[in-house]
Amino acid sequence: MNSMQIKDFWSYTINSLRAQRLRSFLTATGIAVGIGAVVLLTSLGAGLHQFVLAEFTQFGTNLISINPGKITTYGISGAIISNVRPLTIEDGEALRQLPQVLAVVSVVQGNGAIEAGGRQRRTTIYGVEASAPRVWNFAVAAGRFLPDDPPRAARSFAVLGSKVRQELFGSAQALGKRVRIGGETFRVIGSMESKGQLLGFDIDDAVYIPTSKAMALFNRESLMEIDLLHATGSTSATVAEQIKKILQSRHGREDFTVTTQEKMLEVLGGVLNTLTIAVGALGGISLLVGGVGILTIISISVNERTGEIGLLRAMGVERHQILTLFLGEAAALAAIGGVAGLGLGIGGSWLFSLLVPALPSHTSWGYVLAAELLAVLVGVLAGVIPARRAAGLHPVEALRAE
Amino acid sequence: MIKLQRIERVFQVGDEQIQGLSDVSMTADAGEYIAIMGPSGSGKSSLLNILGLLDRPDGGSYELDGILVSELNEKEQARIRRHKIGFVFQFFHLVPRLTAFDNIALPLMLSGMKQEERQTRVTAALAAFGLGNRAQHRPDQLSGGQRQRVAIARATIMQPAVILADEPTGNLDRHAGIEVAEILEELNRQGITLILVTHDPDLGRRAHRQIRMVDGRINHDSSHNKI
Repeated sequence: MNSMQIKDFWSYTINSLRAQRLRSFLTATGIAVGIGAVVLLTSLGAGLHQFVLAEFTQFGTNLISINPGKITTYGISGAIISNVRPLTIEDGEALRQLPQVLAVVSVVQGNGAIEAGGRQRRTTIYGVEASAPRVWNFAVAAGRFLPDDPPRAARSFAVLGSKVRQELFGSAQALGKRVRIGGETFRVIGSMESKGQLLGFDIDDAVYIPTSKAMALFNRESLMEIDLLHATGSTSATVAEQIKKILQSRHGREDFTVTTQEKMLEVLGGVLNTLTIAVGALGGISLLVGGVGILTIISISVNERTGEIGLLRAMGVERHQILTLFLGEAAALAAIGGVAGLGLGIGGSWLFSLLVPALPSHTSWGYVLAAELLAVLVGVLAGVIPARRAAGLHPVEALRAE
Repeated sequence: MIKLQRIERVFQVGDEQIQGLSDVSMTADAGEYIAIMGPSGSGKSSLLNILGLLDRPDGGSYELDGILVSELNEKEQARIRRHKIGFVFQFFHLVPRLTAFDNIALPLMLSGMKQEERQTRVTAALAAFGLGNRAQHRPDQLSGGQRQRVAIARATIMQPAVILADEPTGNLDRHAGIEVAEILEELNRQGITLILVTHDPDLGRRAHRQIRMVDGRINHDSSHNKI
């Protein structure tokens, strides 16, 4: 029997922390702020992650988009551009033949002014087809969407986004009215439900007209994008492969890029995870400062208690036991601060989600546990230097200190 | 029981070497009462530190209770200090945040004795040293004499064979000093070997044997072991 009982060890440790109440409290506060910051920031990061993913999946998850040009280039971009064969409405028509494809929409987009009854508004103009509501997963609020006209001979109909409808017509009836877009007259046949903002872009502030009309309006020969919706049973990857095959045979080369929603969400999720970790690391800096606080206070404590260390050594306490005693104090300070910090962080993120309900925070228990372990680790690491100094003191020198 | 042979101790102060102890040999039997005396810097505290295994000699050998302790490693020396040696210091060295009770219990706690066992031993010690009503007082609520009594109770709670006292009355008034000396002498009568360092001639005279040190050497030993 030659080492302390665990209970006695901790009561001795806590007793010496309590003897310097204010100092211990302030030091623990340093760690609490650090842990609080880590928990709060990672909670917000994880909340943002969920929020952004939800925003993107509101368009549906079985979405594949095709853009002209290849993302992986082989040389200077000038050479690529001259070789790119643009996407055409006919490409879209060809993809429609694939059995897994439920709907295709050929997209041209630009900005322009829309006029009605003396009022004018600059807005985003989308050239789309009848299938757009289905592919993009949004609904018509009044009237109907663009009809399934032959692509090259579409009639001049327009569908208004909810905000444009509101701005141009207010509470008055919009259906059947004429509007002018870029010098051409369109008849309003429907308006869309409000869908809110997507990462700051107001998708309600838009007008939908037939693709061929938009191409003429913006003086374009080709599409900007083809979006298609595939059946739930088939995986995005296999559908993407088939799309590539068809387009390659039509273009003679792979001069386009196929992006599946699945892949995009994966990349986006990766980016957001990195963001969460980066933000957590920022909180980690304040934790580091808290660690320096512990280092300082334990160093001071070792200085003040040199006589006590000498006494303990005289009573037959070994070097490593002295080391353990001071490490224990550092760890206890950090653990107490850590628990307080968890309270701060969880409380803070709760308050945040109360104040900004649109951006929910998400406290993950994995992070919480990791944060507390991190606090103890920081405490022990910070305690190592002063505790080693305490253990290294010569008993005669230490006893002389008083 | 104690046998020092040709002990040498050299201190490095700056780039100067100071001979703290040179060629010190002495023996002491169990139950002796020895005063080590001499002027400041004569090496009496250095000798006490060697005897207490707080410091290692640079040469010579030290035998305690038949064990060649100067050859032991640090862990084994700590064990000897824990069980065989009790220290009493001039400035008491009580832990300021602990009560009298907890200060006395400290060696028992550090050696892992259970709380219930400690309770009875410490309560008995408090009573024996006339501190029964001071158990829950902290050192700053005690008089100098009471503090030294707590320190002596702590030094004896492990029932050591030797008590090493460095100027035990040096920080006390005359009356309290005599009281402390009497307590130590009573322990000696019960069989504990008592070795104290002092430059107070009155206290030195009370011991049964006086060793006088000058310049790191034993200059005179009243038991006629003249060097």
